Amino acid sequence: MTEPAIPQVATTQDDSPHEHISGIGSSVAIWIALLICTGLTAGVAFIDLGPFNTIVALGIATFKAILVVLFFMHVKYTHEKLTGLVIASAIFFLFILLTLSMADYGTRLWR
Amino acid sequence: MATNQAAVVGTHADQHDPALLHHFATKEQQKNSASLGMWLFLGQEVMFFGGMFCAYLVYRYKYFGDFGSASQTLNIWYGAINTGVLLCSSLTVVLAVRAAQLNKRKALTVWLLLTIVLGLAFLGIKGIEYAEKFQDHHIPGPTFAYHGTVPSHPNQQVDPHHAEIYFSLYFAMTGMHALHMIIGVGLFGTLAFWAWRGKYSANYYTPIENAGLYWHFVDIVWIYLFPLLYLIDRHR
Repeated sequence: MTEPAIPQVATTQDDSPHEHISGIGSSVAIWIALLICTGLTAGVAFIDLGPFNTIVALGIATFKAILVVLFFMHVKYTHEKLTGLVIASAIFFLFILLTLSMADYGTRLWR
Repeated sequence: MATNQAAVVGTHADQHDPALLHHFATKEQQKNSASLGMWLFLGQEVMFFGGMFCAYLVYRYKYFGDFGSASQTLNIWYGAINTGVLLCSSLTVVLAVRAAQLNKRKALTVWLLLTIVLGLAFLGIKGIEYAEKFQDHHIPGPTFAYHGTVPSHPNQQVDPHHAEIYFSLYFAMTGMHALHMIIGVGLFGTLAFWAWRGKYSANYYTPIENAGLYWHFVDIVWIYLFPLLYLIDRHR
């Protein structure tokens, strides 16, 4: 395999893959999906699902957060693997905080 | 050796690019470094808000009925409209980044200004909500007074101390969120000024993108705050 020569003339500013430019259509589509989910969350809150109210509410909220992270924050279109690692780490440590705290408080025999 | 040299020195065009700081080898590396810095900051912010969410989780688990009653004193319309306002502002941020990528200076400035307007609208509605809480004597402290029944057990009176805990968490979490919004509005104001002066282009729009990441994160925090604070036990 031949090595690429050092360019002697001005080329495009970087030889790396170009940044993804969001399309107006897809951005608006995600936005509408987010608005619909908001209405859904508010509407479902008025239906009695027992303990599932909280689960559905948090599930919809997580779905919205995933849409924002992947599309609005461009994580789906980035070539940088480190970004995904940072996000996964933050969520992982947050889960440790929440689950271990609840394991503590939730198993105390308070009246 | 030639390839190594190219990797270290960077492309010929890069070297004369005023946007490339000399301690970075390529534009791409510079951009990725800035992006990583912002993402690490957002990771820290996840833990920061996470601490308050944890406190909320523990007390909501313990005093579910009382929290349900207190949650119903919040105006669900204000909360839902505020959520919509923030989602619209996230869209304007996305379109601002796009405008920067396409060298559209005026469009970029307009989208940044619209984001600011929507952010201020959110803060205004929050202010109205806080004013209502003040009138209802729901602000924790010496003026606090709460009377209500548990939604699932209408015979059971709400313990006002537990309701006060709910409102302490409400003001702490939404207050900290509002502080982040204020900082975001200030940030975007600065960006809008420099965007209007032509500082950003397809060649260099990193501040726009990273401020956008910050704004989207603050939006995500509110996406979780809305159901957790406003929508407990609403069906009763």
